[in-house]
Amino acid sequence: MDKLKAIIEALVFVSDTPVTVAVLEGILEDVSKKEISSALDDLMREYEERGGGIFLKEVAGGYQFRTGETLTSWVLKLKGQKPMDLSPAAMETLAVIAYRQPVMKSEIERVRGVDVSGIMRGLLEKNLVRIMGRKNVPGRPIIYGTTRKFLETFGLKALSDLPTLREFKELEG
Amino acid sequence: MTDRAYEIKLDIFEGPLDLLLYLIRKNEVDIYDIPIALITKQYMEYINVMKALNLDLAGEYLVLAATLTHIKSRMLLPPTEDEEEEEEADPREELVRQLLEYKTFKEAALGLDRMDILGRDVFSRDHTFEEIEGNGQPLREIGIFELVEAFRRVSFQTGQHDIMEIDVEKISLSDRINDIVDELEKRGELTFTDLLGETDSRRRLIYTFLAILELMKLRIIKAYQAVPYGAIRIRLAGE
Repeated sequence: MDKLKAIIEALVFVSDTPVTVAVLEGILEDVSKKEISSALDDLMREYEERGGGIFLKEVAGGYQFRTGETLTSWVLKLKGQKPMDLSPAAMETLAVIAYRQPVMKSEIERVRGVDVSGIMRGLLEKNLVRIMGRKNVPGRPIIYGTTRKFLETFGLKALSDLPTLREFKELEG
Repeated sequence: MTDRAYEIKLDIFEGPLDLLLYLIRKNEVDIYDIPIALITKQYMEYINVMKALNLDLAGEYLVLAATLTHIKSRMLLPPTEDEEEEEEADPREELVRQLLEYKTFKEAALGLDRMDILGRDVFSRDHTFEEIEGNGQPLREIGIFELVEAFRRVSFQTGQHDIMEIDVEKISLSDRINDIVDELEKRGELTFTDLLGETDSRRRLIYTFLAILELMKLRIIKAYQAVPYGAIRIRLAGE
């Protein structure tokens, strides 16, 4: 394995959040962005081919090591608890925010047909959702969007990586 | 059908639109051509069961009930002869649009749920867990419903002696809140029975329970359980 790949692997390994190419570029002064990206691609492929317990994944605009998705029950035996268990109501609310952001609370409630105050509080607390600002209409309502943590949690590279919304359209005529 | 069977079913609805979608699916009817009379009737049956069970019936369920009834009555009216209203819209149109939109996001939510979620399905090296263990069994955080259920059991036991009470003990909610927090700071963990079992006084029992609910609402404390109907442990929510 060449030196560059080894360094990058070590840096991603010790980082507690996904490491971005920009961060790596700052550390590896003389190495171009292109070389870094290609080393990361190599590493991802190597872990994929190895098919072991951990994989290198591209999430939330960076790179992170993650356990394989077939090993969940083993890891949970060690760790004990599922901190990211989201209720169906929370998932629905999150889906509306993810696909409709920036979105007002009243819009979420209109779509879901229920009050979402409690659920919004929970999502804000879990740092999956954030306040993006206020809409410039009377009453200046708060508008919400998803966070970087949301991308990280759902293993998405960016919002554009969300599965396409399969809309159920009204039949015309 | 017993009430119990209904209760379990009602648990799975995320709101009135979800209930309506369920009824449409159950009856295998076309969402674009909803038989309003039938669906309204069944919807009302569910609402009545919820009322009978004294479930906290969210106002939204009643709003949709009113909407359904309104649509039903409009469908019964003969079409107007009025030239101007030749293109009169189907009274169900708005509801169908709302249902389709809700369905879109309900499925999107299922899509999100199927993804590999960090901390649930996959893990990163430094993923911080709330490490809580109780006798080797992982503890699960519980909500208000489980607490109310537990309270019902405790209060049933306590409430057996039907004694007239003389109000000697003056209790305030803030005092109970402070007591509970103090005790938790001292001991780290209290069981639900530690808190509620200690007293024979209904009043004290109720105030204690209200204090627990208030603290949970404020997210100062959290309640955990290893197994359903198991001992409920209460801890301070802090980091």
